Amino acid sequence: MSRIAGRFEQLARQGRKALIPYVVAGDPGLDVTVPLMHRMVENGADIIELGVPFSDPMSEGPVLQLGHERALANGTSLRGVLELVSEFRKRDADTPVLLMGYANPVVHMGYAAFADAAAAAGVDALLTVDIPPEEVAPVNAELQRVGMDNIFLVAPTTPTQRIQRITGAASGFIYYVSLKGVTGAGHLDVADVARHLELIRGHSSLPVAVGFGIKDAESARAVASVADGVVVGSALVNAMAQAIEGGGDHEAAMAAAIALLVEIRRGIDNAAS
Amino acid sequence: MTIDIKENVFASVPDADGRFGDYGGKFVAETLMFALAELESVYRKLSVDPDFQQELDQDLAHYVGRPSPLYEAKRWSRSIGGARIFLKREDLNHTGAHKVNNTVGQALLAKHMGKPRVIAETGAGQHGVATATIAARLGLKCQVFMGEEDVRRQALNVYRMKLLGADVVPVTSGSRTLKDAMNEAMRDWVTNVDDTFYIIGTVAGPHPYPLLVRDFQCVIGREARRQAQEQTGRLPDALVACVGGGSNAIGLFHPFLQDEAVAMYGVEAGGHGIASNQHAAPLTAGTPGVLHGNRTYLMQDADGQIMHTHSVSAGLDYPGVGPEHAWLKDIGRVNYVVATDDEALRAFHTLTRVEGIMPALESAHALAYAEKLAARMSPEQVIVVNLSGRGDKDIHTVAQIDGIQF
Ligand SMILES: Cc1ncc(COP(=O)(O)O)c(C=O)c1O
Repeated sequence: MSRIAGRFEQLARQGRKALIPYVVAGDPGLDVTVPLMHRMVENGADIIELGVPFSDPMSEGPVLQLGHERALANGTSLRGVLELVSEFRKRDADTPVLLMGYANPVVHMGYAAFADAAAAAGVDALLTVDIPPEEVAPVNAELQRVGMDNIFLVAPTTPTQRIQRITGAASGFIYYVSLKGVTGAGHLDVADVARHLELIRGHSSLPVAVGFGIKDAESARAVASVADGVVVGSALVNAMAQAIEGGGDHEAAMAAAIALLVEIRRGIDNAAS
Repeated sequence: MTIDIKENVFASVPDADGRFGDYGGKFVAETLMFALAELESVYRKLSVDPDFQQELDQDLAHYVGRPSPLYEAKRWSRSIGGARIFLKREDLNHTGAHKVNNTVGQALLAKHMGKPRVIAETGAGQHGVATATIAARLGLKCQVFMGEEDVRRQALNVYRMKLLGADVVPVTSGSRTLKDAMNEAMRDWVTNVDDTFYIIGTVAGPHPYPLLVRDFQCVIGREARRQAQEQTGRLPDALVACVGGGSNAIGLFHPFLQDEAVAMYGVEAGGHGIASNQHAAPLTAGTPGVLHGNRTYLMQDADGQIMHTHSVSAGLDYPGVGPEHAWLKDIGRVNYVVATDDEALRAFHTLTRVEGIMPALESAHALAYAEKLAARMSPEQVIVVNLSGRGDKDIHTVAQIDGIQF
């Protein structure tokens, strides 16, 4: 069983929902990412989603665009991200790590080379925003070869017949995008999310996590009451950026992210109980 | 690699998945897949609907002003002393460039799909102007995304779009040029996909855009083919067009692809020269990758990050290129070459002074290469150059380079 499947099973037994924080690797500094990952795990993260920075992050809103730009300015590359995961794995063999990014850096490295290097680094899964099921066969073959999960997005606009196609190619969990828009947008409709999750569950027994638009304890609680997991990204990245803008150092940025994460964890656990 | 061009492979691409060989496809976020499928099915229906075709032809004739002339540049040809050069006068279209052929077509699609709002990305501003123009005529809401750098160097076109009622959004992310404008347009589309039609300005983007933009631009090549036969009694020996995303080039080339004897040259922006790394020539100096919804040649670094490009012409300042060109390069059907900033500027001045025609700086890249090519050919031979747009929008840039202040 993959680390991700194992983690969701364990959470289901405990009656808990997954908290999946997203941060951009290398933002606000290359030295922040690994300590931040450990501290997120200590403070309630169940799975870590690491953003692989890209020059043209087409699905990101302004907050994460800046995160990607800062990470690239800090010299973060895909190989560099894999090194960070290796480093993280020296002290944490249990927490699943998912890489989220765009096709081109992976395409450029080559699917086979990426799969080998990512598996060796201890990466559990890949989510490429711009590789839909239509284009996924060659990369999926490589991920399966090394036992990595492939995470797919399902969107509010995904027709029912497509959901089946997506769940057929997916493993680990399904990532439901809670709104039409870019990351960090603010118009979450929980009743609508609940309706879509029901549709997805009609096609797949995989856990379903929800992301895009969850920014605080309250929205996390609302989503956790209907989903198996909650992804929080822009809010954490923004908390760190604000801390730095206010004159804080990397330590202050981490503290700001962790404070928010703890609040969100509490929101999620309130939903479950 | 070469292929037997007698079996009509050119009509068989893209395939049902939008692929031109290894290139093209639909590399977009899931939220947009539905919109692309919807667009594809509407387009498949309308492209064979005689009423739609008639409506389009009427617009092209009476609104755009087609057919555009095929003009023999005799004085310029004589001064070079080689082949006869003919100019396909897309600069004479309404709004001053080939871009309008495509916006008229896509706006009709938007109208048939009942979308009240259109968006577009623009570099030189020509596609933005062409979109704003057709939006004004059809009463559609229009928002145009334009890199901040291009807003500065194409100020005239920005004002033109505003006069037409469009909202111009300066894009401040990344390199602040065309690729970033396209990112922002994609973000807008993802957010407003229910009521918005995205009018892409070139043969790039996800399937079916490279197909439908090509179809709308092929009017250039169909006319040129007929006009060349009327005026010279035969097909041209060579075709030359500049390549940004590649829409004016594919529009000219495509109706001739099966004619083995017709040589084709796509001219990319050489900027300060290929060796300087400051250029926008992905087919000449790039490698395959995935950007803006399709697999194609890209300018990228060792980590697969997209590189900043440079060209004196905003409309060529793009790190990718339409996937059909990537395929045509690999199969060896089209030659892709470069002209530098300096060569294009010289050609701009030459054509203006010798023929009284002021070309867009984009088109000037094609002229610069055509001049070299013509010199190697004989006076019985014929070259058709796509004069994709007029140079009014570039006067400010040229004046600045020449050290003139208004
Ligand atoms: C006059 C003109 N020619 C050429 C281009 C380049 O585009 P494409 O390669 O799609 O024809 C532009 C783009 O803005 C343009 O304005």
